[in-house]
Amino acid sequence: MDKPKIAFFDFACCEGCQLQIANFGEALLDILELVDVVEFREVMSERWDGLLDAAIVEGSITDNHAVERIKKIRQKCKIMIAYGACATIGGVNGMKNSHDPGEIRRYVYKEHYESFDTIPAMAVSDIVSVDYFVHGCPIYPPEFIKVLKSVLLGISYTVPDHAVCQECKLNENVCLFEKGITCLGPITRAGCNSWCINNGNICYGCRGMVKNPNRQGAVDVLKKYGVKLQFIKSRFMMYNTCRELKNE
Amino acid sequence: MSNKDLNINVEYITRVEGHGNIEVDVRKGILKKCQLQIVESPRFFEGMIRGRPLLEAQHITARICGICSVGHTLASIQAAENALSIIPSPQTEKLRKLLLHMEILDSHILHIYLLVLPDLLSVKSFVPLIKTNNAAVRRALRLKKHCNDICEILVGRHIHPISAIVGGFTKLPSPADIDMIAEILLSMKKDMEDTVELLKGLKFPVFERETEYIALVDDSGEYPLLHGDIGSSDGYRIPKENYKEVCNEFIVSHSSAKHTKHHRDSYAVGALARYNLNGYLLHETAKTAADTLGLKQKVTNPYLNTVVQAVECVHCIEDSLAILKNLKDTGIRYDEEIVVGLNEKGIIPVKAGQGIGAVEVPRGLLFHDYTADSNGVITDANCVIPTNQNVNNIEHDMKLLIPRILYKSEDEIRLLLEMLVRAYDPCISCSAHFLDVRFVR
Repeated sequence: MDKPKIAFFDFACCEGCQLQIANFGEALLDILELVDVVEFREVMSERWDGLLDAAIVEGSITDNHAVERIKKIRQKCKIMIAYGACATIGGVNGMKNSHDPGEIRRYVYKEHYESFDTIPAMAVSDIVSVDYFVHGCPIYPPEFIKVLKSVLLGISYTVPDHAVCQECKLNENVCLFEKGITCLGPITRAGCNSWCINNGNICYGCRGMVKNPNRQGAVDVLKKYGVKLQFIKSRFMMYNTCRELKNE
Repeated sequence: MSNKDLNINVEYITRVEGHGNIEVDVRKGILKKCQLQIVESPRFFEGMIRGRPLLEAQHITARICGICSVGHTLASIQAAENALSIIPSPQTEKLRKLLLHMEILDSHILHIYLLVLPDLLSVKSFVPLIKTNNAAVRRALRLKKHCNDICEILVGRHIHPISAIVGGFTKLPSPADIDMIAEILLSMKKDMEDTVELLKGLKFPVFERETEYIALVDDSGEYPLLHGDIGSSDGYRIPKENYKEVCNEFIVSHSSAKHTKHHRDSYAVGALARYNLNGYLLHETAKTAADTLGLKQKVTNPYLNTVVQAVECVHCIEDSLAILKNLKDTGIRYDEEIVVGLNEKGIIPVKAGQGIGAVEVPRGLLFHDYTADSNGVITDANCVIPTNQNVNNIEHDMKLLIPRILYKSEDEIRLLLEMLVRAYDPCISCSAHFLDVRFVR
């Protein structure tokens, strides 16, 4: 049997998630034994026009050109994998959506602003159907491997739908709220092994919100520790503006 | 031959970070058009961070670019600390330098092996090299992984570092961590020697064009990467606060892209510029590597930027080992560990003001410039990216190079131009966050 043909594509993003893959080290060669990477612009000059078994897509959709491009990619791939917060939930690109589109273009590109086509940032799944999601900014490599295995075995992958707190407890971190610090762990999807909290930082919500957050629980926590709603909302908007707009 | 017509259009140059095109038009032997077009989707970072606290800027601006996320983090922290008059401790400075070394090393290795080497071995990517040059591919992936492992120990991960924030670090390495990092670095030395050997045996295109080279300069006696004034090979020295005098953005008629120039038509930043200004400050082992690689004191062939990167890699390993030895001797002060929280309790005094960060990142000099109100909330932001500063210089290189190579076949010319662009290791995702963008549809 031929190895499955896969290609990597990027839209508006920092390209950090594809670098996460390059950081696998020599293990990357083991992955390449299993799949045939036919296009990956950042590290390959080879191009591929035929059908793909899987397209791995990074980045948000932020202009009309990108809307057309992602539709074309969807047409030629059997399976679409969105990876990284920009692709899965819109990520930091969404922050521009809370600014007036004309104003922010003029601010950054001054008198040339009209040359820059831009539309509100969107996740890939806002335009086309997505079969697998690998959340995070950047992606958590062990989860990417899990998803890739699922794709190769032809089984589905279910993104954990419990809060980061669950993993954080297992890692025996002291709750940040106990230290007087606000953290988005209680409402954010797990799957990253509470990466940021393990390293002394807070959860910024880069994996998106759990489907059915315990709203009252979160409100109670905020009340207990005297955190203003506006404060946590502003922090939440760092990664989740695109979702927020959609939910309303 | 002199009446040759030539039309080259490279859409989406491969093996560079981000999206760029090359367009060249020669009519009857005369160069009519020669452009490096940046076609990345704009992301509006400077616009987006307005209204957000200075203490949060680093988390957001790190996301400008995955490959230089440590560089953006450090420039952003420096700008914020500058605005808030926070002076980092000597220990923090050492750890930041170590972190920056790891990013330069990681980025250069990626560039040397995965982006440039395929051209020199006449293949399209590293994939065919897995069969033909397996040891070299494994070495590259191993070196990269080591850098990543060290960053993981220091700050949780390389891409979008977790523990480096304004004021210092949210976690500090244990004595065992310090030993572990030193052990990893020592294990990289052999691979680095082999990298130098590999490059020594490769043939780079010959093309000389002297330009103005700009990099940080400093009187500390160190090869300056994290601190310094803006220095120029033409003898100017300018404090970082006046960076706009150096960047001098201007508009060119053939493109809406803004370019930069200082006193000449264009200037270059990056490994080669740093080497030309500060090569005498490199670690002795790096100087020996430069000799082995046949580099003169001043290098004016832009294709050799890749070779100079290897010399910097040697320096980064050696200087990191020196920093680690120093940290081991003095011992880590764990009371310096910073408790995160975006200043909910107002522990860090904030004030209105402007702050500038100027840091040498893998591709050259990076500036972050923030203005904040009395609540420490950003009202104005500006980032000047190394690639922006180099685009104009690359075009000037192409203008001189094309007439000289016009006798070659179109494929050969196209390859030489792509290799020239790649030599600068452009980071186009980064550059698209400022003005150097032109849309060609």
